[in-house]
Amino acid sequence: MNPSWPSINLRVNGEHHSLNLPPMKRLLDVLREDLHLTGTKEGCGEGECGSCSVRMDGELVNSCMVPVLQAQDACVETVEGLACDAELHPLQKAFLEFGGAQCGICTPGMLMAASHLLAHNPTPNIAEIRDGLAGNLCRCTGFIRIFDSVIATIASNAKSQQERNAR
Amino acid sequence: MRGNPEAHELVAPGTLSGVLSMLANEPGKWTPIAGGTELMVAHAAGRLSARCLVSLWGIRDMRFIRAEPDSIAVGAGSTFSDLRNHQAISAEFPLLAKAASWIGSVANQSRATLGGNLANGSPAADSSPALLAYDAQLELISARGTRRVPYAEFHTGYKHNVMAADELLYAVHLPRRFGQHRQYLRKVGTRRAMAISKVALAGCALVEQGTVREIRIGAASIAAYPTRLYRTEDSISGQVLAPETLRAARVSALSEVQPIDDIRSTAEYRRIVIANLLEEFLRSLTGAGGQQ
Repeated sequence: MNPSWPSINLRVNGEHHSLNLPPMKRLLDVLREDLHLTGTKEGCGEGECGSCSVRMDGELVNSCMVPVLQAQDACVETVEGLACDAELHPLQKAFLEFGGAQCGICTPGMLMAASHLLAHNPTPNIAEIRDGLAGNLCRCTGFIRIFDSVIATIASNAKSQQERNAR
Repeated sequence: MRGNPEAHELVAPGTLSGVLSMLANEPGKWTPIAGGTELMVAHAAGRLSARCLVSLWGIRDMRFIRAEPDSIAVGAGSTFSDLRNHQAISAEFPLLAKAASWIGSVANQSRATLGGNLANGSPAADSSPALLAYDAQLELISARGTRRVPYAEFHTGYKHNVMAADELLYAVHLPRRFGQHRQYLRKVGTRRAMAISKVALAGCALVEQGTVREIRIGAASIAAYPTRLYRTEDSISGQVLAPETLRAARVSALSEVQPIDDIRSTAEYRRIVIANLLEEFLRSLTGAGGQQ
C-alpha cells in the first residue's frame, strides 16, 4: 500500500477489483501482473501490433497505451472473458478449426478485435473485416486463415440465429 | 516496458475547469495527456520526459460535435472514432472523416483525439491537411478565457505552436461553406493501415466555368509542421485550369515544399510525390467528377 498512489476501481470480465497502483502503470501490466490475466499479450508496446487489444467500456483499445488511472471505474473485457464456462466463444472455435491461431501471440488481440467488430457489425464484408483487424499483426498465418475464421463465425452465427428463429 | 510508472505523477481532475486551474496555478508543470497514443509510446520506451501529467480523458466538456448555423464545432477531446462515425462530418467534411478512418487502427481511433493530434504537432499528422484545406479555426482555452486562431497559423515550428503554458486546445471550428467545392485527400504511406505518412495532400477548391475561384492546399510531411502551400495556391487562384496552369503549379509546389530524408522516406521522393498528388488533384478539378 503506497499512500501516494490512487485506489483504482475497475471491473474486469464482470469481476470488480480495487487496487492501489501507480497511476501511470499500463493497463496491460495491471492485467498481467496484478490480476494475473496473462491472456493479454505484449507485442510492440507502442500501439502498432494489437497483441494487447482489450475492450474498455465497449471500445477496442491497446492496453499498452492506457495509463491505469484512465481505466478508473471502467469495464474491461479481456480474452479470458470470451469463453463461457467450458464453452468456447464461436470465434475461438472457428480460429481452432480454420487455423486462425498458430504461435498464439497475436491470437488474444485478434479475438478481441474480431469480437469487437462483430459486436458492432454482425455481418461485415471482407473489406470491413480487414479494416477491423488492420491494427492486429500476425507473423504466422498470412492473415487469410484469420479472415476465414471470422467469415466462418459470421456464417455459424447466422445459422444459430436461423435455428433460434425456427424454434 | 523500459519506462518506470513510479517515476511519473498522473492526476485526473475530471473537469475542464479543474484542469485549467492546475495549468494556471503552475504553468508549464503539467503535461496534458488525452488518449495517450503518443505519450504512452514514449513512456513504454523510457523516454517520456514529462514527470507530471494531467489527464484529459473522460472530460465531457471537451468531447462533443455540435452543428451550429455557420460551423461545426468539434471538441478537442473527440476521438477519431467519434469523427469517423459522425453523420454531419461525413456529409460536409468528408476529407476529415476519411483522414480519421486511416489514423492507426480501430484501437487507436478509439483513443486518439483530434486535439491531441494537433497539439502534438507531428509534421505527418493525419488530420492536419484536411483541416488546412477546410480553413479550420482553433479555439484555445485557459483560466483567462478563450481565443481563436486560424489553424493555418497554429504551428510555429517543429512541435512548437502558439499555445501559452496555461492554455489547452478546446475546439476545432469547421466553416460550413464547402458544399460546392471540389475536395481531395490522399495519403501515401507504406501500407494502408497503421502507416505514418510519407506525404499527404488535401485540397479544397471552388471552380466556376473552368476557372479556379478559391483554392486551399494543405500538406503533411513536407516541412517541419503541416502547412498550406500558399505560393502554389496563388499560382492557381483565378486561373483557368489549362495545362500551363498545372505546369506552373507543379513548379511552384516543387520549390515551396521543404521535406527531409528520414526513416520513412527521402526528401526527393516526397518532393516528387507531393507534386504528383497536386497534379492529380488539379486534374480532378477539370473533369466532371466530384470528390476524390
